[in-house]
Amino acid sequence: MLEVKNLTFNVHENGVERSIVENISFQVQDGEMLVITGPNGGGKSTLAKVLMGIEKADGGQILLDGEDITGYDIDHRAGAGIGFAFQQPPRFKGMTVNKLLSLAAGRELSEPECCKMLSAVGLCAREYIKREVDGTLSGGEMKRLEIATVLARHHKLCIFDEPEAGIDLWSFSMLIQQFEKIHQKKEESLILISHQERIIQMADRIMVIEGGKVAAIGPRDEILPTLLDKGESCVCMDRE
Amino acid sequence: MEQTIDQAKLDRITEQILKQIDNGNGFSQEGAFNLRHNGVALCHGDSEHIKIRKKEDKPGIDVYIDAETKGEQVHIPVVVDASGMTDIVYNDFYIADGADVTIVAGCGIHNSGCNESRHDGIHSFHVGKGANVRYEEKHYGEGEGTGAKVLNPVTKIYMEEDSVFTLDTAQIKGVDSTLRETDVHLGAGAKLYVLEKLMTHDQQTAESNMEVDLDGEGSSAQIISRSVAKGTSKQIFHPKAVGNAKCHAHVQCDSIIMDHAEVSSIPEINARHLDAAIIHEAAIGRINDEQLIKLRTLGMTEEEAEGVIIENFLN
Repeated sequence: MLEVKNLTFNVHENGVERSIVENISFQVQDGEMLVITGPNGGGKSTLAKVLMGIEKADGGQILLDGEDITGYDIDHRAGAGIGFAFQQPPRFKGMTVNKLLSLAAGRELSEPECCKMLSAVGLCAREYIKREVDGTLSGGEMKRLEIATVLARHHKLCIFDEPEAGIDLWSFSMLIQQFEKIHQKKEESLILISHQERIIQMADRIMVIEGGKVAAIGPRDEILPTLLDKGESCVCMDRE
Repeated sequence: MEQTIDQAKLDRITEQILKQIDNGNGFSQEGAFNLRHNGVALCHGDSEHIKIRKKEDKPGIDVYIDAETKGEQVHIPVVVDASGMTDIVYNDFYIADGADVTIVAGCGIHNSGCNESRHDGIHSFHVGKGANVRYEEKHYGEGEGTGAKVLNPVTKIYMEEDSVFTLDTAQIKGVDSTLRETDVHLGAGAKLYVLEKLMTHDQQTAESNMEVDLDGEGSSAQIISRSVAKGTSKQIFHPKAVGNAKCHAHVQCDSIIMDHAEVSSIPEINARHLDAAIIHEAAIGRINDEQLIKLRTLGMTEEEAEGVIIENFLN
């Protein structure tokens, strides 16, 4: 279980301190899917980075299965069981897709294993395994590969920052199936940052973040209608 | 069918260096081979289609690769482990029309003394029509001595019509100073692929000058240079592509700079024909923070992530 208590992250701009994440508290139960949504610039991605240790919290506490991981750096949080998919994944010149997936899995993967992982995110495996993770891959391909790197290993908690961004409709449907499969197993907790209605509808609970604060948190059936009522003025949802 | 083999028992240092510089299954005294050790040919072998002859007028060998050669390898490694030695060798390769061969020619220096050890390998390749040549060259230095380990290769390649030449060079580590000169002439329809990988550390220096003349119509060249400079090392790259006919060439130099190193990348393109299409790209930069962070989210320490990025970049 993830417990976040009074988490705060500040930035300094022109000598003025501003809270990007302000006193946020929530929990994610084992096997639960929490979808974080809210207007752009509200602090969702920053919160995710603070959870992964990419940004250091200025206050508050993060507990994973009772273990205080607030002071852990990125690799120790990964070791503690957190996986993270970036909104804009980096490219690696010279590194093959196969190699990146093997690094993500923590062991050398066979070709069939790689194929299975890539197929799960909608990539035609045999075309990609030996390709470099460089500028020759499109943004959508990079995004799907990024998700595959998180799915390559078992985690206690997986955080996906806007997994739908830049992905075509066909691959998006496959991705939804993957999230549903993980969710049904209840072996991993999921935090998904998303504006996409289909993803939001999968959530056990929804947390809305606005201006760095929790604007609402609760079960899907309770929060979703309020989001739909607010429409685009509050949450930029893709309702197509 | 003439075949000759002169075999030798190798010492531990030589075996160790050969493991570093000779690719694939490693050096074995089989097929066509010539091991040069401290300035003399230690062992040598011919195969049915590849003959190696010692030069009469200067140090070095002539390698004759006949037209029937298909998918064969020839290994000609050089090991220098005598401190203070300067070894200059002239190797000429004559590749017949239509031959298909891989030439593996690494050089390693073990210097346990205080004097400079140096090897200058001056190689020329005469590539026949339609021949396909892959040339692999690894450079490596080691040893606990204070003496410098210096490697200055000169490579001249003359490519006839429709031939293909792949030049895959790597300076792994431990070479204190290198000056590399490469000169290539391409005939009509000839294709050149160059992949140059270089890593320098501490106070090492490396300079690579390359001129590729695309003389024949329809010739093409792809030159990729990737380097990593650590410590206070210095690197200079000067690849030059000259289009003398209707041709295509692409020059790409990428370097990762670390610590207090210095890298100069000076790609030059020169078109002397209206239909010469030549592109160059050059980039120097530190290891991307986002790359480091991504690998750290996979459980690696910053040092481990850095190592993985460099290893793959130079792969």
